[in-house]
Amino acid sequence: MKKLLLSLGMVMLLAACASGVKLNDVPVEDKSGAKVSVTPDPVMPAPITAATASKDAKSAVVPVDSSASSNLGAGPAGPAGNVAKVIFFDYDSYVVKSEFQTAIEAHAQFLKANPRAKVSLEGHTDERGGREYNIALGQKRADAVRQSLSLLGVQETQVESVSFGKEKPSAQGSDESAFAKNRRAEFFYR
Amino acid sequence: MTSFLSPLGMIVLAFAWAMPAQADFRVEISGVGVTQIPIAIANFRGEDTAPQKITQIVAADLERSGQFRSTPAGMVIDEVTRPNFEPIRQKPADALLTGSISRMADGRFDVRFRLWDSVKGEDMGGQSYVVVPADLRLVSHRIADQVYEKLTGDKGIFSTRIAYITKQGQKHLLWVADADGENPQAALTSQEPIISPSWSPTGNELAYVSFESRKPVVYIHDIASGKRRVLANFKGSNSAPAWSPDGKSLAITLSRDGGSQLFLINSKGGDPKRLTQSSGIDTEPVFSSDGSAIYFVSDRGGSPQIYRTPATGGPVERVTFTGSYNISPSLSSDGRWLAFISRVGAAYKLHVMDLINDKVVALTDTNADERPTFAPNGKLIMYSTQSQGRESLMTTTLDGKIRARLAGQTSNMREPHWGPFLNP
Repeated sequence: MKKLLLSLGMVMLLAACASGVKLNDVPVEDKSGAKVSVTPDPVMPAPITAATASKDAKSAVVPVDSSASSNLGAGPAGPAGNVAKVIFFDYDSYVVKSEFQTAIEAHAQFLKANPRAKVSLEGHTDERGGREYNIALGQKRADAVRQSLSLLGVQETQVESVSFGKEKPSAQGSDESAFAKNRRAEFFYR
Repeated sequence: MTSFLSPLGMIVLAFAWAMPAQADFRVEISGVGVTQIPIAIANFRGEDTAPQKITQIVAADLERSGQFRSTPAGMVIDEVTRPNFEPIRQKPADALLTGSISRMADGRFDVRFRLWDSVKGEDMGGQSYVVVPADLRLVSHRIADQVYEKLTGDKGIFSTRIAYITKQGQKHLLWVADADGENPQAALTSQEPIISPSWSPTGNELAYVSFESRKPVVYIHDIASGKRRVLANFKGSNSAPAWSPDGKSLAITLSRDGGSQLFLINSKGGDPKRLTQSSGIDTEPVFSSDGSAIYFVSDRGGSPQIYRTPATGGPVERVTFTGSYNISPSLSSDGRWLAFISRVGAAYKLHVMDLINDKVVALTDTNADERPTFAPNGKLIMYSTQSQGRESLMTTTLDGKIRARLAGQTSNMREPHWGPFLNP
């Protein structure tokens, strides 16, 4: 019986650890002159285990590095010559401006002539506003270019429109000239 | 408990960086009528032998909550000593925290505390914790939780964890840290951006958006093992993950059907079910804590506003009406408060809306606030903001009167998300 009680006590102590043991019955030494009842200390030292430093910490986090799995090298070339690969947009606008129509037509020609070629249209915004909302706004820019290509007869399967929001600015700075460079959609051939 | 309350009365602004030893935290108090509980904190017997300044961590936690004003008791008092309360009452302090720390033969520490009502001279209870040195901060936060709960009646959040992102040069890191920003541990390092970390309801996993494959893809990451899996990598962009309270599914934003629309997806993966139908943007979903509703951002009315819809789909109801740009909703666990970012002129400011009377209040004096996230007890909001060209994390009380800058790293801290209560 005594053994059972002892092991029960050990189990309770083991379960305690970082979650704590209540100190309800701990004796209190009086320094104020008033009388305090004294009871034996039920909090025994916890059993000794091979606990060492941080590897047993309850809060440990295992670090992961994703760099190895990243696949971000430059893709194959798209159309030859001086065809623009970046389409710029006005503030708060998701409409492809007419000045980029020639470039978009060249990309469409290339994609139709190379049906196995694939392109990512990557939408971006300037730095103003929330990160997630800017993902959605950048998506609108990429989608606008995708629709332009689609109207020119490019197959949907060759094109993926994605957004980086404000996460990958091409120009640093918080002025209108930087903002204008960052409101864009880029062609990335895969 | 009324004896614990004493009005602060005057405006006290920023006792910032007042003490070099505690320069890693800063609390700003503004406004009148802040009611705080005065507590005296004794030096724990044996505290000098521990690698962490336990009573300083407890004091900083309590102060950051905005509900306490702590003063040092100015002497060593352990948990087995009945103190003389007269000098404590004189401070004045209505409560007194005492305790001890002893190093055990196996290298662990036994940390004990006892809380006293110094007005009545009554023992309010105590606790003993036996931990490895790496968990001494955790124990300090647990003690602060106990004190907070005993004196306010609400559950403490100091032992919870937060996740956030930093950018250091070209490196992007996902961090898990204590709720005070200390003890940061890198969960993920990437050459490409990471955004929108979101804790699972158990606090074991984080969902987030990573751009490591040159597009936004949603991952779920078990932080204790480092194992991660792709939750959503559909054609187009995958973003804005938010867990349902039962942990079985997540609301996400996908552009696979055109536009950015909300979907529900099983947390084990599988075929997502479309939740909203609009021709514009629907994004940034969050569940109400009972799981019945989803709040989200939509530009269906012409400008981004916050809307609500049943989590099973159905009618959509507009929630915010003031301002022309309201994004990044976060809900308190009791469902009463909605925190969000509202554009005011050229500034982006944290606001909170009382969903009972629809009253909206701005909480900060900064201009680039982002991504509010409620503490699990609903009493604090964490957010990121910019000052002096740097991004940092702040907490604020719901009335905006008490704000604290989190301890930090030197690099840009952003995208905070406050984790759930953890089982001890």
